[in-house]
Amino acid sequence: MSAAPTTDSAKKHPDIPLPKVPRGTLYRGREGMWSWVLHRITGVAIFFFLLVHILDTSLVRVSPQAYNAVINEYKTPIMGLGEAALVAAIGFHALNGLRIILIDFWSVGPKRQRLMFWIVIALWVILMAGFLPRQLMTIGAEFAGA
Amino acid sequence: MTATIENAPIESPRSAAPVRRHRRFNIEKWGWIYMRASGVVLVVLIFGHLFVNLVSGNGVRAIDFGFVGGKLAQPFWQWWDVSMLWLALIHGANGMRTIVNDYASNRLVRNVFKGALVAAVVILILLGTLVVFTFNPCPAGSPADLLPSFCPVQ
Repeated sequence: MSAAPTTDSAKKHPDIPLPKVPRGTLYRGREGMWSWVLHRITGVAIFFFLLVHILDTSLVRVSPQAYNAVINEYKTPIMGLGEAALVAAIGFHALNGLRIILIDFWSVGPKRQRLMFWIVIALWVILMAGFLPRQLMTIGAEFAGA
Repeated sequence: MTATIENAPIESPRSAAPVRRHRRFNIEKWGWIYMRASGVVLVVLIFGHLFVNLVSGNGVRAIDFGFVGGKLAQPFWQWWDVSMLWLALIHGANGMRTIVNDYASNRLVRNVFKGALVAAVVILILLGTLVVFTFNPCPAGSPADLLPSFCPVQ
């Protein structure tokens, strides 16, 4: 009576050792958990940028001078690095979001979620390899004052 | 002995409370569907937005009133930006709601955060939509060199 159901199944299959930690979960440890952590952090960062970005774009309704004054701040080298970080966050959030949709709707999605995480990372590296040189050119041109 | 009680078979019915099986409208389910549906559309809209504004031409250095005014004078970009505004803000706020539910254990704090989220979404969606559809790319009395090239000479 005192035996838990898991030990019952272990008695029936003595060759299969009981796992010491829960297995078969998407959200505890390894790729599943870290993708979830990164998805949250990038999501919050993008949300707060979005709030600011709607306000700064709304200045087109005030005057050309007001809009240009604020948008010039986006062209400084420090903000240029901020834009690189923003694109990095959006790129990961977008690719991992597609991975989540595949986990939910693709029949073998949950089984392949770890592999899909590394595909997300690979695609993100390719995306950043394309964007970072472009952005560094922009920052460099701003430094040169051309 | 407690283990014995916990593992003892529970006689049917196991729950005294009736289980609600057929809810007509499950808002959490539609929130879940919304995150995925809007997410796919936002991938296209935002990557397009980033390419046009940060990558093509001179990148972010090309952006000024003339550039944005020229874009927002066209219905195509008006609808592109308004779609992004509505989809992204609601997507983001719903994600923030999930995070508030996860980490704010105090009921009052939770409701204050969610109230702030609703206020931010309503105000910014109204503001953004009004700006996109009411703004004038050629405001009178502005220096011509700040305006889009199609503006008539004043």
